[in-house]
Amino acid sequence: MAKKKTKKPADPHGEFRGQRTEADQERRIVIDDAARTPTVLYLGSGIFWLLVGSLFGIVASLKFNLPDWLGSSAALTFGRIRPAHLNTVMYGWASLAGAGMIVWLTARLCRIQLQLAWVHYLAVILWNLGVLAGTVAILAGYNQGMEWLEFPRFAGAMIAVGFLLFAASIIQTFRKRNVDHLYVSLWYILASMIWFPFLYVVANLGIYQGVIQAAMNWWYGHNALATWFTPIGLAGAYYFIPKVIGRPIYSYYLGLLGFWAFALFYNWNGIHHLVGGPLPTWLVTVSIVASVMMVVPVMAVAVNHHLTTVNHFRMLKFSPTLRFVVIGSMCYTAVSVQGSLESIRSFQEVAHFTHYTIGHAHLGVYAFLSMILFGAIYYIMPRLARWEWPYPGLIKAHFWMSTAGIGIYVIALTIGGWFQGVQLNDPAIPFMDVVEYTKIYLWARSIGGALMVVSHFIFAFQFVMIIKHAGPRRFAPALFRESAPMQREEREP
Amino acid sequence: MMFIRSFLFFFGVLATVLLGWAALVGVPDFMVSEIQPPEGLQRYTEEQRYGRSVYIREGCMYCHSQQVRPEGFGVDQERFWGRPSVPADYVFDKPHLLGTMRTGPDLMNIGVRQSSEDWHLAHLYNPRIVVPGSIMPPFPWLFEEKLSAGPNDKVITLPDSLAPKGKVVVAGRDANALTVYLLSLDRSYPVAQGKPDTTEKK
Repeated sequence: MAKKKTKKPADPHGEFRGQRTEADQERRIVIDDAARTPTVLYLGSGIFWLLVGSLFGIVASLKFNLPDWLGSSAALTFGRIRPAHLNTVMYGWASLAGAGMIVWLTARLCRIQLQLAWVHYLAVILWNLGVLAGTVAILAGYNQGMEWLEFPRFAGAMIAVGFLLFAASIIQTFRKRNVDHLYVSLWYILASMIWFPFLYVVANLGIYQGVIQAAMNWWYGHNALATWFTPIGLAGAYYFIPKVIGRPIYSYYLGLLGFWAFALFYNWNGIHHLVGGPLPTWLVTVSIVASVMMVVPVMAVAVNHHLTTVNHFRMLKFSPTLRFVVIGSMCYTAVSVQGSLESIRSFQEVAHFTHYTIGHAHLGVYAFLSMILFGAIYYIMPRLARWEWPYPGLIKAHFWMSTAGIGIYVIALTIGGWFQGVQLNDPAIPFMDVVEYTKIYLWARSIGGALMVVSHFIFAFQFVMIIKHAGPRRFAPALFRESAPMQREEREP
Repeated sequence: MMFIRSFLFFFGVLATVLLGWAALVGVPDFMVSEIQPPEGLQRYTEEQRYGRSVYIREGCMYCHSQQVRPEGFGVDQERFWGRPSVPADYVFDKPHLLGTMRTGPDLMNIGVRQSSEDWHLAHLYNPRIVVPGSIMPPFPWLFEEKLSAGPNDKVITLPDSLAPKGKVVVAGRDANALTVYLLSLDRSYPVAQGKPDTTEKK
């Protein structure tokens, strides 16, 4: 990778070497133009699934509060709408929006127009049809029965083919690259192009039974995060934090250490979902050890991201992208350390089987991954659409509502879930008393969820506006406050 | 040089994911493959199997686990949820239904703990009939409303507030099968106990 031996920092575009030439800018325009349609298609369909998925989420949450609400509708019963929520937000929103970010980022980092761009049209169609068919199937009662793998096999096959097409274009773009230096974000992207298809295909083969199927289920469930969703988030954070701040990443070598430690340990984590379960003890122990070892890559990434940010917190006042991405990267540190702790047996004895875990899951997928995706989209879209975000006030509303929403959600479920676990482990407390105790926290969860849902509609509205070049025309980047010191007069590509 | 680096990168990345699969799935599969079903464990009957598919279709596993924790880890025994589960209890299960949540109680031995068919049918029709304060969803589409019950129909006794006017509610095929499945959940037969690690070959 970095060949020339220097302390030269990892540097996405050679900007820190003072090469901001007009030729560079023109090249960026050409590269962005080639990636425009595929990127917008991925992002747009991702946002569509975000709306659908978060509506499923809020309905599922309200059903805890009002169990008889919509009680006679089979398709909307909790046990169907909950997997519909998980699958639409993961395979719809996070995957498709992540794919959009990756398409744009790969072309930029390889400094070449997107190769095989046409396969993305096929990939977007297959992927969306797969998610649609799978979701309809779950609501109609055709659930495969395993968490994260509920989609029937034909829907899974469509998504797998879509992913392979998408990966083919990314790898081909990488092969034609115009740089000899591979930036950290690209490592994560390329690795996930190999990891995820293998994982997804093996998991969908359905060749296991009994407890080994449970092991396979959680090997998959956790590795979907390890091999696809977390790499998306980290690739984004590694790119946008230095990019917006205008400073190189703190340490290239920490990035290297972080990546390989991540690759080595994350794959072995899955069985910590079955602590205390009927599986060989050594198997669970192996996963706990690997989960604790995750502290190494997490700290490497944390040091890299936070020390890049640390003297530039002032910029969080201005840049929407930076604010979303920095919040996301902070939550990555938080959720990962929490995850390592959670895998330990004495901790799981309390937290397993409770709402605590649900809080943890949302801290990861929402406060870390989705926040970074929001930030990425706020950065990418004006460059592709050649139109600024028309309403900075709505970006602010999106930010505060989603942050407050996820904050309420995670805090409520963390506290409520923990004490739920403590009470479940006290045989003197009847089970129904524990259920009563959790009800107030489940209401707080619905309130937090509702805030997030509203913020998504605000976000989607503005996304439609920017694509249509609608709303007031602005000539400077949309910031939280005007006249930011680091912003130049006009938008650079 | 660049080629070698790329090759090492892709090889390393592939190796990490294959190692993870081998350790967490491949090797355990090989070790557990010789497990025999315990004598007390029966194969599912046709109706139990159908009931199990209703259990999956309605997503019961999102709130109910089917795994009893070992002694000294939680208080499952003190809650009378049964003896600790072992891998042999699951040899006929596909898909597995171990579950990850206990919004409701564990169901590994629900057939022992609550053996009343009437209780289960009423509870499925609307849980709050028999468990006030429950947050479990109702499943009325598993039942039928009829003007009068036939000779083989199981009528659900409903409080006035829930009873349809001039009609009776009887269990449909799905409700009956699901209840049969729930009543069959009995893993109280003896197994080689000890640690949950029972995979060693004899």
